[in-house]
Amino acid sequence: MIKDLGKYVIMFFVLVLVQVLILNNIQFSGLVNPYIYILFILLLPFTIPGYFLLGISFILGITIDIFGNTPGIHAGATVLLGFLRPGIAQLVSSRELIEKGTTPNMTQLGFASFIKYTVISVLIHHLFLFFAEAFSFADFFETLLRWILSSVFSIIIILGSQFIVFKN
Amino acid sequence: MRSLFRFLLRNYFVMMFLVLEAISFSLIVSLNNYQRVAFVNSSNDIVGTLYERFSHFDDYFSLSRTNARLAAENASLHKQLEFRIRNQEKYPINRPDTVDAPAYYFASAKVISNSVNKQFNYISLNKGSRQGIRPDMGVISADGVVGVITNVSPNYSTGLSLLNKRLSIPAKINKNNYFGALVWDGEHANTADLKEIPFHIIVNIGDTVVTSGYSSIFPEGIMIGTIKNFDVESGTNFYNIKVELSTNFRTLKYVEVVKNTKQDELKRLESNNVGE
Repeated sequence: MIKDLGKYVIMFFVLVLVQVLILNNIQFSGLVNPYIYILFILLLPFTIPGYFLLGISFILGITIDIFGNTPGIHAGATVLLGFLRPGIAQLVSSRELIEKGTTPNMTQLGFASFIKYTVISVLIHHLFLFFAEAFSFADFFETLLRWILSSVFSIIIILGSQFIVFKN
Repeated sequence: MRSLFRFLLRNYFVMMFLVLEAISFSLIVSLNNYQRVAFVNSSNDIVGTLYERFSHFDDYFSLSRTNARLAAENASLHKQLEFRIRNQEKYPINRPDTVDAPAYYFASAKVISNSVNKQFNYISLNKGSRQGIRPDMGVISADGVVGVITNVSPNYSTGLSLLNKRLSIPAKINKNNYFGALVWDGEHANTADLKEIPFHIIVNIGDTVVTSGYSSIFPEGIMIGTIKNFDVESGTNFYNIKVELSTNFRTLKYVEVVKNTKQDELKRLESNNVGE
């Protein structure tokens, strides 16, 4: 358990740094901003207590906010994801897996379930994120396009990173 | 009372979710204030130090481009100096006037963080209140206007980039002095909209757009960009003008912060007018 704690602390910092130093600087027509730091929330064990899940979601989101000068936007989106995660887990996984307290990674969940899990989570998180950023429905279709394109890129990067880590 | 506690305890997951979302939303809404919540921005020392370290590393990749730009700016300054000196020889009585001391001073700073891909982009510099940077100072580069400082910490400062829809800069068309407001269009990192230009004015593609000097933030005549295209929306009296920005925000490295020594005086005077 202690070993796992260390692993998660390292993962937190690595994901935040990759996000703020590299991915936040991707400039691709202003429509594509992948956000992969939510991988941290996705990979937390299923048995984690609810207050911890919400608390760590808020801390992770606000950390990204501080770096990106976007107070509240990432915090709100990540807390929403943390709140919905138990529901998403039930949707894509079996009751035994959840009660056993598995870590929802690619090997434990299985390929198809993990893709479903990632796609649903990223879409929800990014939907909140981009509409909160625009804070209006004025540029509805442009925001919609940013949501879809960015989600596709985030999903590809998250799944790709999982392939690299768990290829053995 | 006890049943209320029991209810809260049983539903703590939902309650905690609602509380955290409420905090997030209050932060999002407070973002609408010009001065954002002081602690949630990148002008704090920890974030500033991290960004500065990374930008040191990043600098080596753009050394030749930065050199070329500095050399070009040097050359243009030499040309201006030469012109001044020749003028002085022609009109030797033209001595510096001590009453009319220069209103603007320029301090160089380095960009340590900058974004172009959001709807509201911000810029961070490696100088802060200890180096005399204050909120409401303008930021320019050798190529043109960059933004306005909004928050400062002892050693770092952040501000709105020109690529931020909340920033509106008083601008004018250089050849005929008609003025309007320049606001970013939120689409491309190199174009912005010039608004409020009445459509009886003759504008041409390629006309220069500069700061008007009607705000105390920027001196008059700082380059903003050139007119890329324009049209008139039916039913309005104003042009839709697209301006191609002269500053390349994607490669921005060194900037100057504009200090207006007479800003306070002007603000006091203008606030008197509002009171009446």
